[in-house]
Formats: sequence, C-alpha cells, structure tokens
Amino acid sequence: MKRITLPLTDEQISSLKAGDSVLLSGTMITGRDAAHKRLFELIEKGEELPVDIKDETIYYVGPAPAKPGYAVGPAGPTSSYRMDKYAPALLDLGLKGMVGKGARSPEVVGAIVRNHAVYFAAIGGAAALIAKSIKKTEPICYEDLGTESVRRYYVEDFPCIVAVDSEGNNVYETEPQKYNKE
Amino acid sequence: MDYRIIKAETITDTVKKLFTDCNYFIGDDIMSALKSARDNEESEVGKNVLSQIIENDEIAKAEQIPLCQDTGMAVLFVEYGDKVSVDGDFEDAVREGVRRAYIDGYLRKSVVDDPVFDRLNTKDNTPAIIHTKIVAGDKIKITAGGKGFGSENMSAIKMITPSYGVEGVKDFVLDTVRKAGPNPCPPIVVGVGIGATFERCAQLAKKATFREINTSNPDPRYAELEQELLTKINLMGFGPAGLGGNTTAIGVNIETSPTHIAGMPVAVNICCHAARHKTAEI
Repeated sequence: MKRITLPLTDEQISSLKAGDSVLLSGTMITGRDAAHKRLFELIEKGEELPVDIKDETIYYVGPAPAKPGYAVGPAGPTSSYRMDKYAPALLDLGLKGMVGKGARSPEVVGAIVRNHAVYFAAIGGAAALIAKSIKKTEPICYEDLGTESVRRYYVEDFPCIVAVDSEGNNVYETEPQKYNKE
Repeated sequence: MDYRIIKAETITDTVKKLFTDCNYFIGDDIMSALKSARDNEESEVGKNVLSQIIENDEIAKAEQIPLCQDTGMAVLFVEYGDKVSVDGDFEDAVREGVRRAYIDGYLRKSVVDDPVFDRLNTKDNTPAIIHTKIVAGDKIKITAGGKGFGSENMSAIKMITPSYGVEGVKDFVLDTVRKAGPNPCPPIVVGVGIGATFERCAQLAKKATFREINTSNPDPRYAELEQELLTKINLMGFGPAGLGGNTTAIGVNIETSPTHIAGMPVAVNICCHAARHKTAEI
C-alpha cells in the first residue's frame, strides 16, 4: 500500500504503477457531469475558469447529503466515462489526477500520457466506507448545482487503485484478461 | 361491494420507510451472495474489493446512512387490490412518501425535470416511476427500490425475432454485459425480461432486478437459463469493480411474458451490487 500526499508531484506520478493500491491524503476538488460541461464551455470560449485546476486531482463524485455530525454524506465515485469528452481539455490545462470508476476512452488515456497524469479508481458503491476518509469539505463554485457543485475535499487515507498510470498502462485492459476463461 | 379504506397517510408512511430502508439496509440475499463471492474469488484485488463492499454495507446498516451516494430514481411496483379504496389520491400519497424519504432520510436528490434542455434538479427526487397492477383482494402490496444510473445506463433492449431462439437470447444478454464491462459497479445483478411488447419487456427486466437473487424462475427451463448465463458472465473476467476476477455477477433473474407470433423481445436491465428493494403489504 502506497501513501500519497496531494497535490501530486511529477515524481510521485512517475512512481505510481497501474494496479498499485494507494491511500491519498491532502486536498482534491470534486466535479461531475454538469460541472464538467460548464468548465468545458468556458475552456472552449477561452475564458478563465472559476477554479484553478493546475496540479489538482479531481474526484468524480456527487455525494448524498451529510447527516448532522458528518463531514460529508456517502460519497463514492461515479462512472468516469461520462467525463471522457471533457477530461483531455482539463488535463491539457494541468490537471494531474482523476478519481472515478470504470474504463476511460483512448483519448483520455492518450491525454494522461501526454500530460504525465494519473487516473485512480475508487470502489463503486463503497460510498459509506469512502466517506470515512473525507474529513472536511468546502465550496469552490457552481453551488447552484447542489450535489454536482465543485467543492474542495480534505481527505486522509482515501483508498483507491492506480487504474491508468502515466505510461498508459490500464488495469481495465490487463486485469480482466487474466481471469477471462471464455 | 365493500371496499377496505386505506388512509393516504399510511401509503405515504409506508413508501417513505421502504425507500429509507432499501437505501440503508442491503438485502440478506445480496449480503449472503457477496460473502460467498468473497470466499470464492480468485483475484486478491477482487477479494479485497468484495471485503470493502461488505464493510461498506455493514457501515450503512449500523449508521443508517445510504450504502451508495446514488440513492437512485424511485421505482415502485404496486399490486393494488380491487377491493381497496384510498382516501385521497394514491399517486400523490406515493409521491409524498418519496419526497419525505429523500429529504428527511438524507438521500441524494438525483432527478432532473427535463431530460434534454433544462435538466433542473427537482430537489425532492420526484417524480417516481410507478408501475400499478390491479389484482384481486383488499390489500396494496408495494415493492420499491432506488435505481442507480451507473448501471441503468448499461441496460439495453432488442427486438429479437423468433428464429434466433434461446441462442439469440443468450447472445444478447452476454453482449450487453460484455459491453457494460467494468462500468456498472460489478458484481452486478442482471434482470432479463423476455416477451410481451417493447415497453412491457423493459418493465419485466426491471421487475426481475427486484426479485431476490436466491430465488429462481418457476419454469425449470428459465431457471436453468439463469444459471447458465450467470456461469458464462463469470467467465468474462471483469470481476469485482471491474478490476479482474471471477465474480462479475451475483445473480441473473429472468421474467417472461406471452408475446406476438412475430417477436421475441429481450430487455437486459443491469443493476449494481447495491441491488436495493423492499416490499410491504398494507
């Protein structure tokens, strides 16, 4: 198990290999479908973004509401492929890490390699467990989007797996093949 | 004819409890299948993923919080007795139950008003999808579940023609699961509807995902098909969370219906491991 402190450094990214189990600590930002759509539209127009994504790690999440006494409600990853249309543009602007679940398009994998970035998979449906590692959250922008708003998460030992490393090695390609008996 | 009067408030309270309960408490059938899958999983990563899912579901139960942040779109199958009268509007009472569950129960509001243009959140997770069937009797039976869309998006329907036979059914189910791959949060539950018309076939597939996975179709031919498909899906290798392994599905349920001489529609509704549904009879 590797412990990684966010924000990611180039050195850390180079050390991460597809399949590694890691615990992330530090800060990440959140964003999913609707926030990505807005950010992408701003990028296309050449306008400034309401959040600086350089060197950031983004978590594709739309949490459930927090019960009183909780920092956050259950907050597992959402399917990453829906962000594939937007992710290369964000990576080209300096985004270094993405956390979600499921496979990515060849375009995203290409952008990961080109920008020396990394894609982590968190376990889909382990929302109550993952929420234990999120200690504090605060708003950044798009609060009108509710659960889809962009927030800053302060995490400690957030569990995930390196799904696509900076060389383009991809666990969703390699691992199922090892167990395929068709 | 004597009607049994049921208070609208009773419907609302029942629906509220069904939705909070199904989101906090995973069914015994799923928990037992997850534990057995963990013990039989070949991949170490897969075993670890299953252990974390089991731990997650235990936390949700102990703390009464949703086991997944996607608490779903509210779907209800209602069997409405023909000797029942509700002292108010039945669908309004259901809608109010959904609203209270999602607001008071700290469930995520995931419904948007317009599918294409506005996409504004309705903020109370309504409207719900209500399938009502009139049956004989003086009771109302409701099976309710929150359907997450990570898996819903991986579902498909095909108007297969009869000459393709059972092989056509198998090919379509397996192709749909293969295309879904790691995305629908495996291990999955696969609901298959066969027969009827285009729209009823899809409804049958949904109904199939609402049946306990430790049960079989009463027709032994379909029961055997359920087992065969489950075995074949687990040879694909996607494994828990799609990270490799021999547990891609924990259940395949088939529901059938009479159909037209020219058709054999097949719908595949994929559900994640958080296959949530509860039933109440009023």
